[in-house]
Amino acid sequence: MPLKHLFARLAFSLLTALLPAAALAQTTILNVSYDVSRELYKDINPAFIADWKAKSGETVTVNQSHGGSSKQALSVTAGLDADVVTMNQAPDVDILVERGGYVAADWRKRFPHGATPYTTTTVFLVRKGNPKGIKDWDDLTRAGLQVIVPNPKTSGNGRYTYLAAWGFALQKSKDEAAARDFVTKLFANVPVLDGGGRGATTTFTQRDVGDVLVTFENEALAIGTELGADKFEIVYPSLSIEAAPPVAVVEKVVDKKGSRKIATAYLEFLFSPQGQEIIGKHAFRPRDEKVLQKFPGRFPAIKTFTVEEALGGWADVQAKHFADGAIYDQIIVKR
Amino acid sequence: MAVASTRKVLPGFGLSLGFTLAYLSLVVLVPLSAVFLKTASLTLDAFWQAVAAPRVVASYKLTFGASLLAAAINTVFGLMLAWSLVRYTFPGKRIVDALVDLPFALPTAVAGIALTALYAKNGWLGQYLEPLGIKVAFTPLGVLVALVFIGLPFVVRTVQPVLEDLDTEIEEAAASLGAGRWQTVMRVVLPTLVPALLTGFALAFARAVGEYGSVIFIAGNLPMVSEITPLIIITKLEQYDYAGATAVASVMLVASFVLLLIINGLQSWTDRRAARAS
Repeated sequence: MPLKHLFARLAFSLLTALLPAAALAQTTILNVSYDVSRELYKDINPAFIADWKAKSGETVTVNQSHGGSSKQALSVTAGLDADVVTMNQAPDVDILVERGGYVAADWRKRFPHGATPYTTTTVFLVRKGNPKGIKDWDDLTRAGLQVIVPNPKTSGNGRYTYLAAWGFALQKSKDEAAARDFVTKLFANVPVLDGGGRGATTTFTQRDVGDVLVTFENEALAIGTELGADKFEIVYPSLSIEAAPPVAVVEKVVDKKGSRKIATAYLEFLFSPQGQEIIGKHAFRPRDEKVLQKFPGRFPAIKTFTVEEALGGWADVQAKHFADGAIYDQIIVKR
Repeated sequence: MAVASTRKVLPGFGLSLGFTLAYLSLVVLVPLSAVFLKTASLTLDAFWQAVAAPRVVASYKLTFGASLLAAAINTVFGLMLAWSLVRYTFPGKRIVDALVDLPFALPTAVAGIALTALYAKNGWLGQYLEPLGIKVAFTPLGVLVALVFIGLPFVVRTVQPVLEDLDTEIEEAAASLGAGRWQTVMRVVLPTLVPALLTGFALAFARAVGEYGSVIFIAGNLPMVSEITPLIIITKLEQYDYAGATAVASVMLVASFVLLLIINGLQSWTDRRAARAS
């Protein structure tokens, strides 16, 4: 038989072998998520698929889409068929309520803990031995120090850093003018504004720029395990911000696709002990106290505040700090 | 009949013009008009605030300044490269020829990361430049370096075919008529190349103005210092400010269009001059 025919036959038999498998996977859901959750959901998805199979006998496929959190939210409003969204900041879910009711207005009440399965906080990563003696937020405003922060305009991580510094200064001085002065000084020490948290990590660890990287705890812990704990160390400030990435079911899509049950179960799985343990393994702080205790020493106690309780909620923060011409724009131009 | 009397020698004018217009509308005009429509939703005041904020103005200066400079650098060195590739034979010429296109093929993010790694203070080149006080990565100079990189192929590829068509006999004739080397280059070779050089310059410039991926890694993105206009647009989109983003985009579009018109006008002027001279 000519070789060409052999290949054609092979291809045909492969195709016929694959087709029934594709037809069997009746249910597919899409999780639209932010950038650095990629590794987390790579572990969550197979665990959920096995769990769902055991409970219902159904085989479900979970597809992932990752990108900048706000960009992902815009994609959903532009028609990306997400069954669930798992974002890194509440405004990116709120926008889905405002722009066409993709998500229920009371999404925070649909799941435990305000629909936030885990938290993380903003910490400092310094070079081994902490040569500049950086202990708290005050140290970051010292003249001559270089602080690496991702761009608050394009990154949730950077926004949390800015707000953590603001909240720290506000708590200390009880005076907004002083807080403004504080963040002005801090951002005057920033030599590079990377687009996202990962970019800032690269600048600090690979390009050797800066004395301190201010980033999420999970990112700092991952740097420790991936790039060598002998090069960097984590410093916990006296007060920081609690970042709680929110999750929500996209009503419009699950109604259209009839996938509400699976989508809800998928998000509920994040709150289950098994889901919480995977979350802890990925250096996010689990909500479940029992699961948290399985990671002794990994998540030191740290005093935190939330945007809702200390800064009047995200809508206020957005308008007051990050809108065009608002406080952040003013201080960054003055630096 | 009137139609018969105005009939062109070359048939198919109506059809091809129709196709051209339809195609251009579909591919270029419709997306661009969406930009202007979205911008039109702003009041004049809001539009002005979006496009004339000091931060945005600083970014225009950097984007257009660095793009023009990068295109100029590429014009000079692109001409040299094209000249070497056309006029000389040397071992490995084909490989060098292929290398020229590499900046086209490389994903821009890869280019940005590679350049940053190279020019950072612990990079191969950066470690020698930094002690000399030359900082490239995370400065406006880094923006220029990235734009020179991505714009390299344009001038080479537009000048190369013209150079190939240029008979060396013309230069020999000039020489035999008593022209010096300098005179031959300035009065015989360069005038023929100017239109192609201008095209290359325009292409390299246009590409540089729109470049985002490679610049973003090396720029440092500091407001008022090393923030490019495309980043401002992305920033506005991240804040769900579609209208503001398209307002800045429309300013960029109009400015680029005007500059390209000027370059094209210059080109046809030199074309006519060259035609008159010969």
